Amino acid sequence: MSASVLHRPGDSAVHRLPAHVKIVAAFAAVLAVVATPREAVWAFGLDLAVLLAVWSVAGVPVGWFARRALIEVPFVLLAVLLPFVGGGPRTDVLGVAVSVEGTLAGWNILAKGTLGVLISLTLAATTGPGELLAGLRRLRVPRLFTTIASLMLRYAEVIVAEARRMRIARLCRGHDPRFLWQAAAVARGIGVLFLRSYERGERVHLAMLARGWTGALPVPAAPPVGPRRWLAGVSPAAVVAIGSGVALWLT
Amino acid sequence: MSAIAMHASDGLFDAPTSLLFGAVAVAGVALATVKARADLDDRTAPLAGLVAAFVFAVQMLNFPVLPGVSGHLLGGALAAILAGPWVGALCVTIVLVVQALLFADGGLTALGANVTNMALIGTAAGFLVAVVLRRLAVRSRGGLLVVAFTAALVNTVAAALGFVLEYALGGQGAVSLGGLAAALVGVHLLIGVGEGVITALTVGAVAGVRPDLVYLLRGRASAREAVT
Repeated sequence: MSASVLHRPGDSAVHRLPAHVKIVAAFAAVLAVVATPREAVWAFGLDLAVLLAVWSVAGVPVGWFARRALIEVPFVLLAVLLPFVGGGPRTDVLGVAVSVEGTLAGWNILAKGTLGVLISLTLAATTGPGELLAGLRRLRVPRLFTTIASLMLRYAEVIVAEARRMRIARLCRGHDPRFLWQAAAVARGIGVLFLRSYERGERVHLAMLARGWTGALPVPAAPPVGPRRWLAGVSPAAVVAIGSGVALWLT
Repeated sequence: MSAIAMHASDGLFDAPTSLLFGAVAVAGVALATVKARADLDDRTAPLAGLVAAFVFAVQMLNFPVLPGVSGHLLGGALAAILAGPWVGALCVTIVLVVQALLFADGGLTALGANVTNMALIGTAAGFLVAVVLRRLAVRSRGGLLVVAFTAALVNTVAAALGFVLEYALGGQGAVSLGGLAAALVGVHLLIGVGEGVITALTVGAVAGVRPDLVYLLRGRASAREAVT
C-alpha cells in the first residue's frame, strides 16, 4: 500500500510482535512520558535510551527516525518562543532575559513532543497498515470502525490516483501549474474529484458484492498471544513507566 | 506565533487532561458508532470509507494563511453535510486515528483531545449550523453554498475553541490564555475561510450532479420523490 509511507517492512522481533501488543505498549509508553515531571531530565534520557535499544533490535537506522521526526517542527517553534513570551520571574541567559516558567514549559513540550513522535514513528515503522487494523480489531474496536478504516486506506489510493489523472488532463489542455494557480484549479476540481471517486467507489462496491462481500473484511484468525510474549512486548514501555514513576516519587 | 498545525502533539497537555479527553472521545465516538449503524448498512459502509478517504486526502492539502502559518482542512463539516453527523464524526475520527498510528501525525496521548476537537466538537458545531440554516440550503444552490461555507467556518473555529478549553484545563505552556485564544481564533478564522470555500465548492458540485448523496438535502429529495 502506497498509503503506508512510514512502514519499513522487516523481520525483526519488533516487526513480528503482534500489532495489538505494540499499540498497547506505544500508548502506555507515551502516557508515561507525558506524566514524567519536566525537571527529571535523566528520565527523558532513559526513555531515549530505551527507544535506541528498540530501534537496534528492529534494525531501523537512527537517521531514518531523525528525518521523519521533522513532522514535529511547528510545535518546536512554539516551544522555542515560550521562553520569550512567558510570564513570571525572568533570568538572564547569554545576556537575554527569558522567562523561567516559559523556558521550563518550552522544554517540556519539546522533550515530550519529540519522544511522543519517536514512539509513534517506531510503531508506524514496524507495523503495516493491515496489521495495525487487525491489532485494533483484537483490541475490541468495533468492526464498523475497522472496516471503514481499511476501506479508507484502499480508497485513499484511488483518490490520489484520480487527482493525478485530473492534473495530467489539465496539463494536456495547456494548464500551467504554478503554486497559486494550481491551488485555484485544485480547489475547483475537488468537487469533481469527490464525484469521480465516489462513482468509482460505487462500481468497486458492486464488484465486491458480486464477489460475495458480507459487510466485513475477512480477518485471518490469529493465535492467542501468551503472557511471555506480552511481557516481552511491553517491557520497553514498562521501563519508561518505571522511570516516570521514580521521577514522580523523587520530585 | 508561527505555524500552528491543528493536530496537537504529545506534551501539550498534562496526563490527567489527556486521559480525561481520551475518555470523552471514546464515549463520544461510541455514541457516534451506535448512531451511525442506523445510517449505514453493508451497502453504505464502503461509501463511508470513501468519505473518510476523501477527508484524509483533503487534510493533506495545506494552504498558506499568513506568512509562516499554514492551515489544512479538517473536513468535519464536509463529512457531516455529505454523510450525516454520526457517520461524519466517525469518518473524521478514523482519519485522526489512522494519522496518529500510521503517520505519527498528532500525539498518541493528544489523540483524545484531537478527536474531541475535530471529530466531535467541530463536526457537531458545523452540522448544527447546517441544520439551523437548512431552509436556506434547500431553497437554492447559492443558499446551499452559503450554508456549507458557514458550517465549515464555524466547524474550524469551534475546533480551535476546543483546543483552548483543553489548554485551560491542562496546558503545559506559560502563555496567557487570553492571548492564546485570540491568536488561535484569529488564525482559525482565516483557515476557516479556506475550509469554507473548499467545502462549499465540493458540496455544490456534489449537489449539482448527485443530490441524493448530500445528507443535508435528503429530506428534500425524498419529499420530491413523494410528489412525483
